Amino acid sequence: MLAITIAIFIPFLAALLVPFIYKRVQSRSIGWFVMSVPLALFIYLASFIPAVAGGKTYIHTIKWIDSAGINFTTYLDGLSMIFGLLITGVGSLVILYSIYYLSEREALGRFYVYLLMFMGSMLGVILSDNIMVLYVFWELTSISSFLLIAFWYHRKKSRYGAQKSMLITVSGGVGMLAGFIMLYTMTGSYSVREIIETIGQYTNESLFLPAMLLVLLGAFTKSAQFPFHIWLPDAMEAPTPVSAYLHSATMVKAGIYLVARFTPVFGGEAVWFYTVTGVGIFTLFWGSVNAVRQTDLKALLAYSTISQLGLIMSLFGLGSAALNEGYSADSVIYTQATFAALFHLINHSTFKGALFMVVGIVDHQVGTRDIRRLGGLMTLMPVTFTIAVIGSFSMAGLPPFNGFLSKEMFFESVLNVRNLDIFAMGPLMGSLLPVVAWVASVLTFVYSMIIVFQTFLGKHQPDRLDRKAFEAPVGMLIAPSILALFVVGIFFFPNVVGTYLLGPAMTAVYPPFEGAEGLVPHIAAWHGFNAPIMMTIGVIAVGALLYIYLRYWRGIYSLAPMRWNLDSMYNGLLTQTEKTSSFLTRTYMTGYLRDYLVYIFVFFILTVGGGLLWTGGFSIDLSNDAPMTISEYIIIFVMMGASIAIIFAKSRMTAILLNGVLGYSIAILFVVFRAPDLALTQIIVETVTTALFLLCFYFLPEWSKEKSTRSLKVFKGIIAISVGTVVTVLALVVQGNKMFESISVYFENAYELAGGKNIVNTILGDFRAFDTMLEVVVLFIAGIGVFTLIKLKAGKGDEDVED
Amino acid sequence: MKINDVILQTVTKIVVFIILTFGVELFLSGHYNPGGGFIGGLVLSSAFVLLYLVFDIETVHKGIPFDFKKVAAFGVLLAVGTGLGSVLFGASFLTQTASYFNLPVFGATELSTVMLFEAGVALTVVGVVVTIILSISEDV
Amino acid sequence: METLITILVGVLVTVAVYLLLSKSLVRVILGTAILSHAVHLLLMTMGRLKKGAVPLLGENAESYTDALPQALILTAIVISFAVTSFLLVLAYRTYKETGSDNLDALRGFKDE
Repeated sequence: MLAITIAIFIPFLAALLVPFIYKRVQSRSIGWFVMSVPLALFIYLASFIPAVAGGKTYIHTIKWIDSAGINFTTYLDGLSMIFGLLITGVGSLVILYSIYYLSEREALGRFYVYLLMFMGSMLGVILSDNIMVLYVFWELTSISSFLLIAFWYHRKKSRYGAQKSMLITVSGGVGMLAGFIMLYTMTGSYSVREIIETIGQYTNESLFLPAMLLVLLGAFTKSAQFPFHIWLPDAMEAPTPVSAYLHSATMVKAGIYLVARFTPVFGGEAVWFYTVTGVGIFTLFWGSVNAVRQTDLKALLAYSTISQLGLIMSLFGLGSAALNEGYSADSVIYTQATFAALFHLINHSTFKGALFMVVGIVDHQVGTRDIRRLGGLMTLMPVTFTIAVIGSFSMAGLPPFNGFLSKEMFFESVLNVRNLDIFAMGPLMGSLLPVVAWVASVLTFVYSMIIVFQTFLGKHQPDRLDRKAFEAPVGMLIAPSILALFVVGIFFFPNVVGTYLLGPAMTAVYPPFEGAEGLVPHIAAWHGFNAPIMMTIGVIAVGALLYIYLRYWRGIYSLAPMRWNLDSMYNGLLTQTEKTSSFLTRTYMTGYLRDYLVYIFVFFILTVGGGLLWTGGFSIDLSNDAPMTISEYIIIFVMMGASIAIIFAKSRMTAILLNGVLGYSIAILFVVFRAPDLALTQIIVETVTTALFLLCFYFLPEWSKEKSTRSLKVFKGIIAISVGTVVTVLALVVQGNKMFESISVYFENAYELAGGKNIVNTILGDFRAFDTMLEVVVLFIAGIGVFTLIKLKAGKGDEDVED
Repeated sequence: MKINDVILQTVTKIVVFIILTFGVELFLSGHYNPGGGFIGGLVLSSAFVLLYLVFDIETVHKGIPFDFKKVAAFGVLLAVGTGLGSVLFGASFLTQTASYFNLPVFGATELSTVMLFEAGVALTVVGVVVTIILSISEDV
Repeated sequence: METLITILVGVLVTVAVYLLLSKSLVRVILGTAILSHAVHLLLMTMGRLKKGAVPLLGENAESYTDALPQALILTAIVISFAVTSFLLVLAYRTYKETGSDNLDALRGFKDE
């Protein structure tokens, strides 16, 4: 399907158009144009749902770098369908919301260009089958996220947050690239589908484990898993629509996508199971612990996102157990974790997106997100309050919201693990998982309640707010309301989602289980009084108690181990790296051009000259030399004399004339060498160059005698003579050893091959036209460079562009 | 720069046309004989440079009202464009073709896409060389 | 002939390197110009000299001079022209802005 490939590029094309439209329409209505893009893509993708649910997959290849195995292959299956719908669906809603959220004074054009760029790259990540293409789009999402976080670049914190997220996600991405290359070295293919098919033969390779860990590094940094989660809270400096879109619903889920996509590749390994589950469950715990102590609503949501991502991640880890077991009726039960993960992925996007928008509305309406200043907004902003309740209660895992269903499934999966004996799961480890999961859920419950009760209930403090509180305009409420509707709707009709979206995705994650009984379970809200429901009741009871007595136990956050902080480690590392690298750079970057040239020449002498000495590659054969006439001797000796005289020239005029002598003599030599084209070109170029030199000399000072010490002159002389000698010897050696036949005979068929009789000209215009084309471009760049150098002058006050 | 030299100016007026003709001839003959886009372009631009040297910039600009930066840009566009043109016909980038046409004055003449490519090269050379020289001399 | 040309190349390279190591910007530019001359000659000798006719098929000769180095040199001549003119203008602008063409005096900003 070519159309799916085009779908990736439509956002990029739209991003190209935005600046032009924005120039004409400088108002928020540009948002409607931008919104039409993801909406159209959403509808288009949705039209494939029935076919994909029926087990169909779509694949399309555009040849790119075929010889290197890198092609533009798009692949639409159940897994990419879920993510594609999330990206375009949440994208449309976020843009709708941003139309009302962002003031018209903001640089809306720039904002939407970045947002569309992000959307395109994200679609590229999830639709690419080729891992190199996937990597390119992966880094593009990091870059567009950087640009969006730094949208208010005049703020120091925005720049800091942008840099932090960039550094962490991109270094993870580079690690992932290394992992991909290792995968390629093992399997010989860049296609995920081919790798999945053949990976079974390579699990014992020594590169297998490093490849797995590096791919996981990419996933963990992107999805803000412990200890790389520290970038996400700082990324909250971005405008709220961006936080809702990139940093909760889509980009941070790219890591999840990667884990899901590579589960069939690595999932059978114990290391994968332990790493993904362990990191995920600890992130779940750590995020929830930190979320409770936040006073900024957005920071709270950031930590809660970290925590929820950890939950999804751990579920994928648990689900991979099924692949290790191999296909059997018993092992199907472990796939339920993955099913829960995919389900929670959708649910999280709906309720967290809604919550972010709610926080944005509160911030927009009253001017603060600090829960210590908020309170009692329920009666003033009833609609916002309702949405907040729906979102928070769903996050806390309460019925009748979709979070309840996936939370129940999460508990069930965690409990199932106790029956696992394959990974030498001791009784301690087996019971530790459910306990940690339960504690984290209690804390989740607590911070969900904080969002609702401390913002909307309690005492209203109008004097501590920047603005008087009103309900938000209708336009701003539409998007979160739609998300809230999904939150409730999915609870009542979960099996629609299960059959049409989750089912096909399950087959993508578990190819060997295709069509297995129980792979796509029936989701029900009520299972009777079993362990998960007891756990939920416990969560509510203990959570409520903890919330009520929050102020009595909050003190533990000021205890020493809680203050031990990854952020300060990151900052310390950053400053240390900067210091060390600038120290290292200072030692050799002296600022003298001569020093740099000396480095180059000495390196050349040592490697080339030394190489010649070391290998003993001298064999000079002069027998093939062409005969010479007297006039040729004269030209050559004139040239030698002229060149040496340049060094001793008293005035620059003499020097330039001597250079002219060299140039014209070379033109004569070209005639001798039977190269008429060259002779012509050389004569004209020499003329124009000399004219240029003279033109510039009109303005430049007369050259003074070089005042340098004797030893410096000797040093320069030694370097110069050594370089000259090495070049001469090397050239003679090359001429004396003919190792290959010349390829030039090929070009002598110029008339048959290229229809021209001037061989040089056919090489330039036909055989190697690419060189000529690029050369023309270089020439043009030089011309433009000269023009700008002369015309572009910094006006006064323009000099301090950087602060 | 203002040079008032009647003899030089009169001679230049004639010589420039000789140089220009020579440049065009070199450019056209490039496929079979020495010549081609680079050399033709360089000769043409040296004619223009001569004009600028002998007359002042304003006078020449009245006679040749081109923006040479645009000439250069057009040249690049032409050179890259002929390459892309072959892609449209399903050949690989920069494939050149040629065939014979019966033209009224010249008789059977070979016209080839290389000519367009070379024209792009020549225009770029002319544009760049003149731009460089003009930029420096205008900036006093 | 090749040997003598190669030695000429060596001499040109020596002179060019010596000029490149100078303080004066104009000398450095002159050095790059001479270096490109040297390289053109070097490329030429690599295809052997004076073997066969001018590379024009109209000559109907038995064998032709190697055309490939010629094409390469033609490209190199034009590029080195572009580079030289750019460097010249750079020197010119530097002198206008700073009033010096001495590379040692141009070293960095004081407050760096």
